[in-house]
Amino acid sequence: MSPQKRFKNVQAQNRTSQGSSSFQTTLSAWKVKQDPSNSKNISKHGQNNPVGDYEHADDQAEEDALQMAVGYFEKGPIKASQNKDKTLEKHLKTVENVAWKNGLASEEIDILLNIALSGKFGNAVNTRILKCIIPATVISEDSVVKAVSWLCVGKCSGSTKVLFYRWLVAMFDFIDRKEQINLLYGFFFASLQDDALCPYVCHLLYLLTKKENVKPFRVRKLLDLQAKMGMQPHLQALLSLYKFFAPALISVSLPVRKKIYFKNSENLWKTALLAVKQRNRGPSPEPLKLMLGPANVRPLKRKWNSLSVIPVLNSSSYTKECGKKEMSLSDCLNRSGSFPLEQLQSFPQLLQNIHCLELPSQMGSVLNNSLLLHYINCVRDEPVLLRFYYWLSQTLQEECIWYKVNNYEHGKEFTNFLDTIIRAECFLQEGFYSCEAFLYKSLPLWDGLCCRSQFLQLVSWIPFSSFSEVKPLLFDHLAQLFFTSTIYFKCSVLQSLKELLQNWLLWLSMDIHMKPVTNSPLETTLGGSMNSVSKLIHYVGWLSTTAMRLESNSTFLLHFILDFYEKVCDIYINYNLPLVVLFPPGIFYSALLSLDTSILNQLCFIMHRYRKNLTAAKKNELVQKTKSEFNFSSKTYQEFNHYLTSMVGCLWTSKPFGKGIYVDPEILEKTGVAEYKNSLNVVHHPSFLSYAVSFLLQESPEERTVNVSSIRGKKWSWYLDYLFSQGLQGLKLFIRSSVHHPFPEQRA
Amino acid sequence: MDSYNAPESTPSASSRPEDYFIGATPLQKRLESVRKQSSFIPTPPRRKIPQCSQLQEDVDPQKVALLLHKQWTLYSLTPLYKFSYSNLKEYSRLLNAFIVAEKQKGLAVEVGEDFNIKVIFSTLLGMKGTQRDPEAFLVQIVSKSQLPSENREGKVLWTGWFCCIFGDSLLETVSEDFTSLPLFLANGAESNTAIIGTWFQKTFDCYFSPLAINAFNLSWMAAMWTACKMDHYVATTEFLWSVPCSPQSLDISFAIHPEDAKALWDSVHKTPGEVTQEEVDLFMDCLYSHFHRHFKIHLSATRLVRVSTSVASAHTDGKIKILCHKYLIGVLAYLTELAIFQIE
Repeated sequence: MSPQKRFKNVQAQNRTSQGSSSFQTTLSAWKVKQDPSNSKNISKHGQNNPVGDYEHADDQAEEDALQMAVGYFEKGPIKASQNKDKTLEKHLKTVENVAWKNGLASEEIDILLNIALSGKFGNAVNTRILKCIIPATVISEDSVVKAVSWLCVGKCSGSTKVLFYRWLVAMFDFIDRKEQINLLYGFFFASLQDDALCPYVCHLLYLLTKKENVKPFRVRKLLDLQAKMGMQPHLQALLSLYKFFAPALISVSLPVRKKIYFKNSENLWKTALLAVKQRNRGPSPEPLKLMLGPANVRPLKRKWNSLSVIPVLNSSSYTKECGKKEMSLSDCLNRSGSFPLEQLQSFPQLLQNIHCLELPSQMGSVLNNSLLLHYINCVRDEPVLLRFYYWLSQTLQEECIWYKVNNYEHGKEFTNFLDTIIRAECFLQEGFYSCEAFLYKSLPLWDGLCCRSQFLQLVSWIPFSSFSEVKPLLFDHLAQLFFTSTIYFKCSVLQSLKELLQNWLLWLSMDIHMKPVTNSPLETTLGGSMNSVSKLIHYVGWLSTTAMRLESNSTFLLHFILDFYEKVCDIYINYNLPLVVLFPPGIFYSALLSLDTSILNQLCFIMHRYRKNLTAAKKNELVQKTKSEFNFSSKTYQEFNHYLTSMVGCLWTSKPFGKGIYVDPEILEKTGVAEYKNSLNVVHHPSFLSYAVSFLLQESPEERTVNVSSIRGKKWSWYLDYLFSQGLQGLKLFIRSSVHHPFPEQRA
Repeated sequence: MDSYNAPESTPSASSRPEDYFIGATPLQKRLESVRKQSSFIPTPPRRKIPQCSQLQEDVDPQKVALLLHKQWTLYSLTPLYKFSYSNLKEYSRLLNAFIVAEKQKGLAVEVGEDFNIKVIFSTLLGMKGTQRDPEAFLVQIVSKSQLPSENREGKVLWTGWFCCIFGDSLLETVSEDFTSLPLFLANGAESNTAIIGTWFQKTFDCYFSPLAINAFNLSWMAAMWTACKMDHYVATTEFLWSVPCSPQSLDISFAIHPEDAKALWDSVHKTPGEVTQEEVDLFMDCLYSHFHRHFKIHLSATRLVRVSTSVASAHTDGKIKILCHKYLIGVLAYLTELAIFQIE
């Protein structure tokens, strides 16, 4: 094997070319390259460190030693060599160490198998080599076929043959293909003659047999063998397999309860096999931890025999009906009148049979069936909902990966399961109570990373309820994660809270129109509902204000916050619900003084919508005349007017620090900015300045210096048209609705 | 938009959370109880010392013998839907057919052979805490012996039972379509438990989850079981702690003469007939400090994994063995409580 041809999991960056560039590796590796005969230190090193933190360089050294060892074996023993035994021992050790630690590449296995079975070395060496042929990942089929061909030559001893068969049985699952090996079925079958090999060959055949391998002459042969050797468990196993494939060929009765047919051929390689399986599964995402929880002791026996988490759809014919004594099973199956689920294919079918639908035996199965989700959605049958509730609650609890240590391999499955639930919730436009209960239990334990997107979506589907009641159970835990996590996490939380708000609003706006208006406890309930929604909004306001401070007024974050308020400002008109909550000053002023035009534009839009909502409410109040508990307090209007004054003062009338934001004139003087008054209007505001310059350059492209202060009078309104044409629709709406004059009076 | 412009009402009342659930659905009520559970410490600070139950007298002593001195694996179970005690015979037949079908599935070696097994459902009359608890029942898988002359009974391959002891005060009331037997105990091959559990899940739309016992609850068990009055002790009181270390964990076993344990308990115990959280903590602390004095090891930094007394022994994996007939109900009452906590 050439040195370039290496397939091990050695870090590429540590692979140095042969020769002078070896300065990158450590001394030990360097030494090996310098003096191939003196690699003792390496093998010793390997011995002393069974498993553990190897340096990359040691891996490298080991790799080289392995290549050398394999090369040595390939050449065969050198007769003349004086310390032949010593060298042999050294190389064997190297191979053993690497094999048990990392496994061997399929090329190396090919060579070693060849050596072990060709009889170049003695029996003891062959045994040792065979015992350490452990694949890193897979074994190529060709190597096995080649190895089997050596068996025909008769160069290896009986014990080596036995060991080879045992090895083959143990490694069977790691052989990449089996077609060629199956072609050798006849050869293996003939080896049954050999008494010593018989048990192991039987085991191999047991693994290998396909239906087409079962032939009458083979059955006869097996029966002959059985007659000769007596009732051997391994023969019985093979016979019963044959009987399974071709019952007509075998009339002999075989004993029933027999569990162990084969002596465990794999014993020799037990730990190695586990390691290979682990490697093939890929690196475990979560290192094994030492934990104090009770859960890590318990092996996971999760799925008893179902392949998926969600049960298969089955109608429950026998549960209900077979309960009745007089009814036999066949009656149940043939009875008319109810509509079997298996036949349910379309929505019209569902509508026609909704009164006589046979429900599934396991309610959880509806999750995968959109038609039945419709059914679940409209049915008000308590047992149906309870069955679904119980199933979903327990399944979530069982599957949740951060409840149990070492459960991370099921992460993908859990994510998929959550996705399915979320799809169902979106489909129904309704959250499940089980999910809410699950969040109560699992959110305090959540790390904020695992299944983040799914988890936050679950939050946005929490059914509407009293905010103050849910807050300590959910939002307080979420807040802890919110404040300690990255800006991206903060944004996703805000996004999901926006969706939560939207879902609550939709639910409430549907709800009040469905219930009768007069003299029901509705009024109090609606009042309470509005109270709950307003608490949610205030809570998000608090989160946002603090987050803005923590993230030093990040524009990115502000976008998400304003997205939330875009929903908030339109509650009265869009959802027909009596609620207007303004944003907190920390958000308003951050947005107003932002350097980002799109933020300012969004702020203008939100202010415009607040205005629309508040005027609509006011108008409604005047029409109704009677005082309603939902009349907004004058404080809301005052607050809005205050914001409005500030905004108009800054952007339009160039009187920024008078009414809205009040800053002491003395302090303003100290700043030394001479022209502070117009510095925040639509021309000079930092986020608009570039527009002003572009506008002027467009007007007179030859101008070498631009004077933005020249934008006044007629030019001011042209400039506005220019801004509107640049897609600043929010600004347009705001100015159209809140500023009554085409341009500021003072400039007219 | 008129719909919500209601005449004057009392807005102050509306902000109280209870008002949201006027006419609440059962699910909303359930959620309410989950909220309560999640916001408070789940376990009550005091419990009764197990007493000999009057109802237990009715239980068939042969059946009780079946339940004692066996290691049971614990599961919690959501309510069974449409389970009926009058159909036990039918269930035996159906489960028998199911097991045979399952065992034959994909198994090459045992095809075409008869499974000589028999499934027996039977009630455990009297195995309850109060009259309102649903009746417990037992499922046994018995191998039918092939030779008729051999003992007719056959060998019991697997046993499982379902019970609810003093569950009524803890369980949310469910409609009559459901039977709440939150505690399930199994003894026998895991593969059998899997098949039988699957059948129950499919037939009664219920859900089994393994019931682990954490160290906190194990301490409670230790205290409550030590507190039981015994005529004679059949086993030493033993605790097992596990120290998490690599590559193999280290176990520390601490055995005490049961009378010494009782004496220690009596010295920390104040409220007659009851066990309180402080007493449990004090009891365990005494053991810890005793151990520390002799071995300089802080057991409180390790994890309690097993408790065995003359009453019963329990392992954190969710395994239990009940030794004392007298306190059978008392032991099961606490396990029922733990099971309910897991499913609610």
